[in-house]
Parts: sequence; C-alpha cells; structure tokens
Amino acid sequence: MLSRYARRKLADVVVRSACVIATLIALVPLISVLYYVTVRGIGGINVEFFTELPKPVGESGGGMGNALVGTLKLVFLACAFGIPPGVLAGVYLAEFGESRFGRLVRFSADVMSGVPSITVGIFVYSLVVLQAKHFSAFAGGVALAVLMLPTVTRTTEELLKLVPESLREAALGLGVPKWRATLRVMLRTAAPGIATGVMLAVARVAGETAPLLFTAFSNPFWSSGLNEPTASLPMNIYNYAVSPYEEWHRQAWAAALVLLLLVLLLNISARLLVRSRVGAR
Amino acid sequence: MSVGSQSKISRPNHRRGSAGDDKSRWDEVSVSALVPKMRTEDLHAYFGQTEVLKGISLQIAEKQVTAVIGPSGCGKSTFVRCLNRMHEVVPGARATGQVLLDKQDIYQGDVDAVRVRRRVGMVFQKPNPFPTMSIRDNVLAGLRLNGERPDDPDAVVEKMLQRVALWDEVKDILGRAGTGLSGGQQQRLCIARSLALEPEVLLMDEPCSALDPIATARVEELIHELRKSYTIVIVTHNMQQAARVANFTAFFYLGKLIEHDRTDVIFTRPKEPRTEDYITGRFG
Repeated sequence: MLSRYARRKLADVVVRSACVIATLIALVPLISVLYYVTVRGIGGINVEFFTELPKPVGESGGGMGNALVGTLKLVFLACAFGIPPGVLAGVYLAEFGESRFGRLVRFSADVMSGVPSITVGIFVYSLVVLQAKHFSAFAGGVALAVLMLPTVTRTTEELLKLVPESLREAALGLGVPKWRATLRVMLRTAAPGIATGVMLAVARVAGETAPLLFTAFSNPFWSSGLNEPTASLPMNIYNYAVSPYEEWHRQAWAAALVLLLLVLLLNISARLLVRSRVGAR
Repeated sequence: MSVGSQSKISRPNHRRGSAGDDKSRWDEVSVSALVPKMRTEDLHAYFGQTEVLKGISLQIAEKQVTAVIGPSGCGKSTFVRCLNRMHEVVPGARATGQVLLDKQDIYQGDVDAVRVRRRVGMVFQKPNPFPTMSIRDNVLAGLRLNGERPDDPDAVVEKMLQRVALWDEVKDILGRAGTGLSGGQQQRLCIARSLALEPEVLLMDEPCSALDPIATARVEELIHELRKSYTIVIVTHNMQQAARVANFTAFFYLGKLIEHDRTDVIFTRPKEPRTEDYITGRFG
C-alpha cells in the first residue's frame, strides 16, 4: 500500500505526462504543416514571385504579384466592412445584451460563426455579384467581412465584459455620461484585447478560398480598382494546385508559404499589441 | 423611528476638531443652528422588488464629516449611492423620496444625474484608477472625460496630488500607470481624481476597507484635512474609524435610520438601545 504522499506524487506524474504528450500530439500537425510548406515552397520564392504576373503555361518564371496585392486588397476591404459593425455590435451586446433582442443577436452571431464559408460565398454572390453582373474585389471583401463579423462581435463583447465594472462606476461617479464612459473607459481598456481578437479574425479570413470562388473570382492580370475580378493567394493556390503542370505546383507551394507568413505576421503583430499594453508605463 | 429632527448641528463658528474634543462647547451645540448641505426626506430605495432603504430622513451638515455605520446589508452603501444618483446605475434599482442638495431636489425630473455627480463626488471601496491612464492622466480624467481642457493641467495635477498628500511620493513617476501604485496610494489617487472636479460633497463608500492600517491612517488624516473645504459622508463598518474621523454619526439598521447625532453622543450615550447594542458589539 502506497502512502498518501506517494500516491499523490504518482498521480501528479501520470497526469502531467499525459498533458505533455497531448500537447506534443497537438503540435505535430502544426509543425509538419510549417515544415512541409517551407521545404516545398521556399524554392519558388524570389523577387519575381512578388512582382511579376503569372506566365502562361509552358513559359517558366512569372509570379503572383497580382494575387498578393489582391489578397491585401480583399483583407483591407473585409476590415473596412467587417470591423466597425462588428465592434459596435459587440458594444451593444455587452451594454444592452440582456434584452430579448440582445439575446437574439448573440444567438445569431453564434449561429453565423458556424455557417460554412462557401454558404457565405453563395449568399454574397446572389446579393452583390448577381446585382452587379460581374465578380469584383468589392464582393470578395463583403464575403470576408460577413465571415469576420460574428467573431469580431463576440470577441468585443467578451472582452468588454472582462473590464471590471468598477471602472465604469469610477467614470460615472466623475459625472461622465454613460456613452462616454463606455467609449473612453470601457472600450479603451478592452482595446488591446479587442485588437488581438480582430487580428486573429483577419488572419482567419485572409486564408479563405471558398467565399472568394463566386465573389472576387480570380484574375491572371493586375486588377485596378475594386470593381474588377481580383486574384488572391488562396484562389491561386487552389487553381495552381489542381493544374497538371509541375511549374504551377511549385508556384502553389510558394504561394502557400507566403500566405502562411502573412497570417503569421498578423498573429505576431496581434501578440505584440498585447505585450505593448502590459509593458506600457 | 426617524430621529433626523433631533440631529444636533454644530454652530458655524465652532472649531472643527475631531469628535469628542472640546467637550464643554460641544455640549452646548443646538439643533437647528446650521443649514444642511444635503438633506433626504423619506428616501426609499429598491433593488427590483426588494426595499433596501425604508424612508430615510437625514441631514448632512456642511463642511462636516458624517459617518454612516451599521451592520452589513443595512443599506448604508445604498444610501450614499442615492446621494449622487449612482444607485440607479444598477439595473433594476430605483429610489423614491427627496434628496435635497442646497435645497434643490436632485431626483426631480429635469435634474441631470450626470451634473449631480460632478457636484457630489464619490470614492469607492476598492481603489479603481483607470488602468489605461498614467498617474497624471488619472488626476485629469474627470476633466478630460467631460471634454474640458484645463489651462494649466500640470498645475491641476500638482495641486490635487498635494491636496491628497501624494505629490511627494509620485512627483517623479507621473507618467507611470496609476495601477502600479500601492493600494493606499491608489485610493488617494482616486480621491485626487474626484477632487479635480471641485465637488462640493465627497461621498466615501468604505474607502479604507481594502487598505492596511498604515494606509488607512493616511486616508483618515486626509479626511481631517479635507473636511475644512468639503462636506464629507463616509460609510464605514469600522466604528473606531467613525469615532476618529466623523463629527456626526448616523446608525442604520435594516434599511432604517435608527439614530443620528454627534459622534461623541452616539458613542458615549446613545438614546436608542439598538445603537448601544451595536456599538458595544452585541450584534452586527
């Protein structure tokens, strides 16, 4: 019979090892994806890749400059359409969310975050593309924004709820009107966290392909403005990867690596935002 | 039983020492010598269906410290929150009756609660400086959040921090986060933040309950200083504290005002047996 203490120690070792093993298992796919994409993609990366247009089949060289710009454009549009309503809806839920309407909005946001992205693509297709009668970066941006919306809304709400109520009381006690207390104290205090949440949402939609299929579509050339079909990295990866050409496969891997780095960059900057808050004097 | 009418109020020319000193003259203090700064008439407060205050009529003398004591749940916090209309901030909370500030009922329909709170400042139980702001910005927060730009913000900061005796401790670190200070320093910072709005009345809801004895002593000294210029209402569950800082003490029990008198009277010869039971520690 083990002593109580020895039993506790044994349990500690067992549970702790189980946690470490589970963590390692979770890391396997992440590390392999990073490793594989880097190894396969690094060869295709050169200056041309970032600056040139794709070359026709058979010619070597060429790049995906248009797709890179296209993705940035789409992400920018998604932010412009998605973040303001998302944040404001989050504020609404945090402040007045206990009404019947508030609960309905929260429920809708939760349902919406589970809607498959291709469905959002079709929705925007019928709403925007069919009206305009052509694909466009604008439509792509709307689709990505719709995907971002529930995440941004719920993140904002959750983070606002984490701000201690005592700060609101402090502001109200100073004779500050409620709307100002909400914006300048509550939202301001939650801002770094909200920024992180928003960045993660942006990173998530930056790699979406399905909603772009019927909205931004694709374009082998530079697209000017927001009203034309636009190439994007995820779409190009898809098109190139399913093609039968070896050269295109190489380029698809390179595009995948670039997309990965882009998302990584967004993630890191999100984390830095949080750190700058902790380190603030 | 409401005994607000029996309140004794010091003469305006009376030296404002701590309660209990200068006994002979205190004994002569008469009832209606002074116009009160604030007065409640039949104040009832509710959370939803629960009645927390059951008809409080109390006078708060100008430039005096009034302590509100009583066991937990007696409504003392709710009472001070009614004095600057912070009570109604809680969902489902409401109040009826009159609260007069310089003879104006602050619960009348056309009175803006936001304006009332600028005249009647509040210090909370837990120090709550704004974490996103520096020490300096915390002092200015009340002004800035109200859209005011003081001509010389640095002078305001120094003056207010001097007034709460915090200046010497923080004058070299004004740019640091207010939340980095010790609890007692944070509480004094919060008092400075309230004072920056130049309120007439300062409500303090158990301002020392989260502080250690030394920080408590600092805040009490500060209250001694502040009562020269402000009307102060302090909620405390610490009877020694009430005895130390307050000129007047009101004893609340189960949402009712049991007794209100000069602090020395409450603590030495209370009229109500319940008051005596409470201050001698027989309940609560």
